Amino acid sequence: MIVTLVDYGAGNLASVERALERLGSTSRRAQSPEQIERAGALLLPGVGHFAALIRSLDERGLREPLCAAIRRGVPFLGICLGLQALYESSEEAADVKGLNIFAGSVRELPADVKLPHMGWNQVKKVRDSIALRGVPDDAYFYFAHSYAAAGTDPRAVATSCHGVPFAAAVERENVWAVQFHPEKSAATGAIVLQNFLNFAQ
Amino acid sequence: MTLSRRIIPCLDTDGARVVKGVNFVGLRDAGDPAELAARYNAEGADELVVLDIAASRDRRSTFLETIRKVAAELAIPLTSGGGIRTLEEARAVVLAGADKVTVNTAAINDPDLLSRLAEEFGSQAVVLAIDAKRDGENWKVYVRGGRDATGLDAIEWAKEGVSHGAGEILLTSMDRDGTLSGFDTALTAAIAAAVRVPVIASGGAKTPQHFFDVFTVGQADAALAASIFHDGVQSIRSLKEFLSSRAVEVRLPC
Repeated sequence: MIVTLVDYGAGNLASVERALERLGSTSRRAQSPEQIERAGALLLPGVGHFAALIRSLDERGLREPLCAAIRRGVPFLGICLGLQALYESSEEAADVKGLNIFAGSVRELPADVKLPHMGWNQVKKVRDSIALRGVPDDAYFYFAHSYAAAGTDPRAVATSCHGVPFAAAVERENVWAVQFHPEKSAATGAIVLQNFLNFAQ
Repeated sequence: MTLSRRIIPCLDTDGARVVKGVNFVGLRDAGDPAELAARYNAEGADELVVLDIAASRDRRSTFLETIRKVAAELAIPLTSGGGIRTLEEARAVVLAGADKVTVNTAAINDPDLLSRLAEEFGSQAVVLAIDAKRDGENWKVYVRGGRDATGLDAIEWAKEGVSHGAGEILLTSMDRDGTLSGFDTALTAAIAAAVRVPVIASGGAKTPQHFFDVFTVGQADAALAASIFHDGVQSIRSLKEFLSSRAVEVRLPC
């Protein structure tokens, strides 16, 4: 299975590519709607600003094929901003419409903690999950973000805490997304990527 | 569940090789960047910083190749920089495989550079490096390895840098750098209290107690060191075990 990386023109795709390579998988960057339509498995890595990601998906005409692929059951993994993009909206850019795969909004982490939430934090499993199969409870993952989906989100399979509990991983059928960076989370992160590769087979 | 304190080895390079020396004097070879990167990745480093301390224009392509080789060895975040002046130079570093970019002198000359970088890569990828030296009751910002005074107050500059979009501060005490006498915990605590973003303390580390002090008294979010790791004086694992046994939250890899 070749994993199609949604290339919206920003961010460090190379680290995701290298992480997949280490697991013996190949990936391909997709910049056009046709490449997304043909994909057997999709990965949306994301860094930066919510509005910048959504706008560049729209400018490239990738929103529709991406949402259509997700809805017809193509295995999907969103990373960091790639998780946040799945929601209706984000406090980071209130006037920008998210992909609206999941109802609800992404909110800024509270004012009494350091932001960005940057570094290694523990992740607690709250529901049975395929994405996190084999990941020890309270394992550390690398985070770098200031916004997050709520810990009470019905699709959350794991939470972490920085000021407030938030969704560290969400999963609903073929739609998986993680707020942490599995590609930068050493051996623990590799487990999650391997689970996705297995699922996408 | 709390955010752990990070231990960050730093590779100071001349573009191609890791070098060491105090304040750019008496530089000597300290190894191959990719080999050291692989070792730290395996030993449980939380991130890695690779700097081009020569930052000469004609060796830029050599340094980008070094970043590529280092990034290939890592399953942890990589921060890189040294002499970055423009958005294009930062982009080259990111495309070579860095997750975050450090800027120092160029941000002082043009604080808006931080905003442009944050807009392009997100604040989480923009690290403002500040070299500070004590001046009476305060700390002043220096550039060129502590040789040139800027006249800026370190605390005020940190706040301004964050307001322009820096998502993290790499704070080096020029008084302590290379002395092995411990981090400047007063400086670190002052900056950490002044800004909302994480602060990486640098300069002066030798013993595990120094790291304990900078995480507790200094309120640092991360601590960086170079030669004590390269020389094998201090292993990352035993350092983390020391900190963990004293109730400092660290990630102990399996």
